[in-house]
Amino acid sequence: MSAPADTGAPPAAGVAFQMGNSILEIAETAGGMAILLGRVSTRIVRAAVDWAELKKNMYKMAVKSTPIVVVTALFVGAIAVIQAAPMVQQYGAYGLLGWGAGFGTLRELGPLLTALMLSGRVGANNTAELGTMVVTEQLDAMRILAIDPLAFLIAPRVVAIVLTLVIATIYADALALIGCMLAGKIMLGVDFAMFINSLTAGLLNFGDVAHGLIKSVTFGLMMATASCYFGVAVKGGAPGVGRAVNSAVVASATGIFILDYLVSFVIG
Amino acid sequence: MIEIRGVWKTFNQPVLRGLDLTIPAGCLYGLIGPGASGKSVLIKSIVGLMRPERGQIIVDGQDILQLSELELQSFRTRFGIAFQNNALFDHLTVNENIAFPLRRLYKNMTEQQVMQRVADRLNVVSLSTFGDRMPANLSGGQKKRVGVARATVANAPILLYDEPAAGLDPVTSQKIFDLLKQEKGDATVLMVSSDLDRLLTVTDRVGMIYQGRMIFDGTTKEAQESTDPYVKQFVHGLVEGPL
Repeated sequence: MSAPADTGAPPAAGVAFQMGNSILEIAETAGGMAILLGRVSTRIVRAAVDWAELKKNMYKMAVKSTPIVVVTALFVGAIAVIQAAPMVQQYGAYGLLGWGAGFGTLRELGPLLTALMLSGRVGANNTAELGTMVVTEQLDAMRILAIDPLAFLIAPRVVAIVLTLVIATIYADALALIGCMLAGKIMLGVDFAMFINSLTAGLLNFGDVAHGLIKSVTFGLMMATASCYFGVAVKGGAPGVGRAVNSAVVASATGIFILDYLVSFVIG
Repeated sequence: MIEIRGVWKTFNQPVLRGLDLTIPAGCLYGLIGPGASGKSVLIKSIVGLMRPERGQIIVDGQDILQLSELELQSFRTRFGIAFQNNALFDHLTVNENIAFPLRRLYKNMTEQQVMQRVADRLNVVSLSTFGDRMPANLSGGQKKRVGVARATVANAPILLYDEPAAGLDPVTSQKIFDLLKQEKGDATVLMVSSDLDRLLTVTDRVGMIYQGRMIFDGTTKEAQESTDPYVKQFVHGLVEGPL
């Protein structure tokens, strides 16, 4: 009697086992991040945050990220015009270019792309720094020196990342609109005055700006929590740091997209 | 005084197996033993970074395993520690590393007093001109000395050194051990090292840990003259033997 043909498919029980394991891992990570955020929040509420570390991190994260945000934002605006140009020309809707660009940029593109850019630069760097401190026992040294690492290291980084993202989103929005305006002038011949008029004629309001900023706060919390969680949970020396950075970037990006959907759904 | 009674700590398998050890107050105690015998785990347990499943760790009359995390945090001010890989804060300068415990724990000290104390420590470890350097710009021996300066800056009554001379050449290694002896003062010191030639020149007592248990505890002279096959082989670095 011949043996059954090997279809290459894993046994159903094996697939179920792997899926179960993955779900448990995700639940463990989400739970760990929630606990970390809760514990950090108590330090922030009690103002038990090291202000010198906060200033240092603000400089490192916000100021040093300026060039990358400037370049990204300008090109995002220009790309939006390139995509919109055929429709604008077909329907002669030159007067709506400012509104269209502003709507998409303030509510969606500005916060989302700024968060993704900073996730790669600030979030990954934060995980690598914390992970290295863990494997070189710097966090243990801090505990033995009777210093609370959550107040000294983690809380300043969480606050700095959220503030960085909000500030970066504000100027990324402005720069993306400037990029739109320049591209609109060059590609479609839309005057600056017409662009600004359609941007400020009343179709857009503060609610659109607030929508984007609320998103940037939630994205910042997601990025900060993921990067700190994976950083302090590093195991296995230098290779562990590499794995942690990878996990942090993936978790941040996934979380940002999920939050983008939820915030858009909830606040409209 | 540090008393350790029947301590068990397990990871995948038991690392400490009912370990008993007494370190008298003011003693410079050398803890020796083969790799992975539980020495570093014991040091981390003494300062509460690891929690054994069973036993007692009594430091100056207080069982630290009974302390909450908050109580433990304040109790840890009694310890100064130098880690095997130094654990210097790499985002802080040498000055800031040494001043770190003083600035965080002794809010009543003025900045001038802090910097005076830091300068004194740097002078003792012969690194007076290195205060503004970052740890990444120091040699292995210099990092060890900064670690010693930070461990001793707060005059802690208990000092723990985990492999204080690991990876150093023999001359630098001997200088580090001499420095540790010189800086001991009245403190109780527990020193873990595999560099027995130099360790035994500074210790008052020696204990040997093997497979999670203490198999020897005595004076340095007794360790050197021990006929116990494990102790003899390890202390004299013999190839033939039970280890």
